[in-house]
Amino acid sequence: MKKKLSPLSIIYSCLIFVFLYAPIAVLIIYSFNASKSRGTWGGFSLKWYAELFSNSDIMSALVTTLTIAVISAAVSVVIGTAAAVGIYYSKRRTKALLTSAANIPMLNADIVTGISLLLLFTFLKIDLGYITILLAHITFNIPYVILSVMPKLRQLDKNAYEAAIDLGATPLRAFFSVIIPEISPGIVTGAILAFTMSIDDFVISFFTTGGGVSTLSIEIYTMAKRGIKPEINALSAIMFLVVMTLLIIVNVRSSNAEKKREQ
Amino acid sequence: MKKFRIAALPFAVYAGIFIVAPIILIFMYSFQGAGGEFTLENFTRFFNFSDPTYLKVLWRSIYLAAISTVICLLLGYPMAYILSKLPNRIRGILSFLFVLPMWMNFLLRTYAWMTLLERTGIINTFLSNLGLPTWDIMYTQGAVILGNVYNFLPFMILPIYNVLIKIDKSVLEASADLGGNGSVTFRKVIFPLSIPGVISGISMTFMPAVTTFVISKLLGGGQNALIGDLIENQFKVTGDWGFGSAMSVILMVLILAAMQIMQRYEDENDGSGGVLL
Repeated sequence: MKKKLSPLSIIYSCLIFVFLYAPIAVLIIYSFNASKSRGTWGGFSLKWYAELFSNSDIMSALVTTLTIAVISAAVSVVIGTAAAVGIYYSKRRTKALLTSAANIPMLNADIVTGISLLLLFTFLKIDLGYITILLAHITFNIPYVILSVMPKLRQLDKNAYEAAIDLGATPLRAFFSVIIPEISPGIVTGAILAFTMSIDDFVISFFTTGGGVSTLSIEIYTMAKRGIKPEINALSAIMFLVVMTLLIIVNVRSSNAEKKREQ
Repeated sequence: MKKFRIAALPFAVYAGIFIVAPIILIFMYSFQGAGGEFTLENFTRFFNFSDPTYLKVLWRSIYLAAISTVICLLLGYPMAYILSKLPNRIRGILSFLFVLPMWMNFLLRTYAWMTLLERTGIINTFLSNLGLPTWDIMYTQGAVILGNVYNFLPFMILPIYNVLIKIDKSVLEASADLGGNGSVTFRKVIFPLSIPGVISGISMTFMPAVTTFVISKLLGGGQNALIGDLIENQFKVTGDWGFGSAMSVILMVLILAAMQIMQRYEDENDGSGGVLL
């Protein structure tokens, strides 16, 4: 059944490819542009990279983004994994209720989730800032963790847990030494998903921030409206490189794992 | 294992406070006037047919999102199809390359288009160097559509691709054995079987396109505001939270309705898919 690709489909793929990558290539090339203006090429330079690291606004936004991503991923992994286990063993009605609650942030538009949380924080008189962004990120991250852990629970061998109990383990011990190792791939996927979702978010952070606290996305948005500084080009080049490296590592690892399983 | 049920308690509490209560608050605010009294004014202001300013914005959001979705489908389907035909090894690498841009911060990607499309941007500098007329697309509806298509195209390609690679090869062989040529097999077998992927592709592009305010703000300028821009404005500029909440309620209802329609369409198709096989 395998046929050779027609020249037309090769050309087509290349065009789509150019469309997807041209803007990214432009950002990366211009990060090495010595001239500040975007229209002209002033020769090769690394000065925007140097200025990036001395730009305190961008650096503090980077720290905010990373710490919120790490903390919100960690908290949502704990609450989300526990929730998945609890939901899995719940009666049908509780199960349906909690599952629909978890679905709300995933189905709603980000802008609606963002302003609904803004209303909540204002209603509870919590000052907008770092804490409110963090709480908001935990809120939209938990459902992704539940979603990643749930399929692993369905594959669980019920007898393993019973065996552990019969051999004298306490339920808690059996939980941590039998169930957790079995569902750990789902937990890891959930953690990675939560981390990237948090880093990538703009809209929800935008509505729940205050007091001058910025994530990278908020910083980029403010700059893009005012006129972008060339440091942002350097930042995007670095971010692209980091994301690409991470994705390649994840892909290679998972394809290696698959090969092992096939053997 | 009943004792594990208690593990869902922290989430139940968290969801009550941070998921359910905020939604109730949106509904409460949407029925509140400036003094906190109950009113329907926020909704009547939006659905004012003698002064359809806001309805026009809603219509523009739906219209631009629909055009962007159609373009994504037209560009994305052939791409997904080509990808699905490739041998496994190349397919893995290529589909990775198609997902990669999606992992780049979407504000940066949208900003990159500003660099390309501006009056003195790269495309226009290139065109004028060749002595060709320049392309003034920045701050038009065309630019918003382009931004949408660029940002959401992978969301169209991936679900279709995922459905296409799962199509049972023997079905295609059966079609060929029964005398169906390439285009008949495509129209009668492959396309109908790929409808679930098309549907989820459509919802994954249409939903974010209709609610965006970033793309319209950065590429569309002030005069092409969408419903997302209107909502953002009420909360960030004018401070009219009641009206902003009412528009969010309208947006929620709109999205729920759209999903219901999609769901029904998908269910119907599952039925006909069964007959086909």
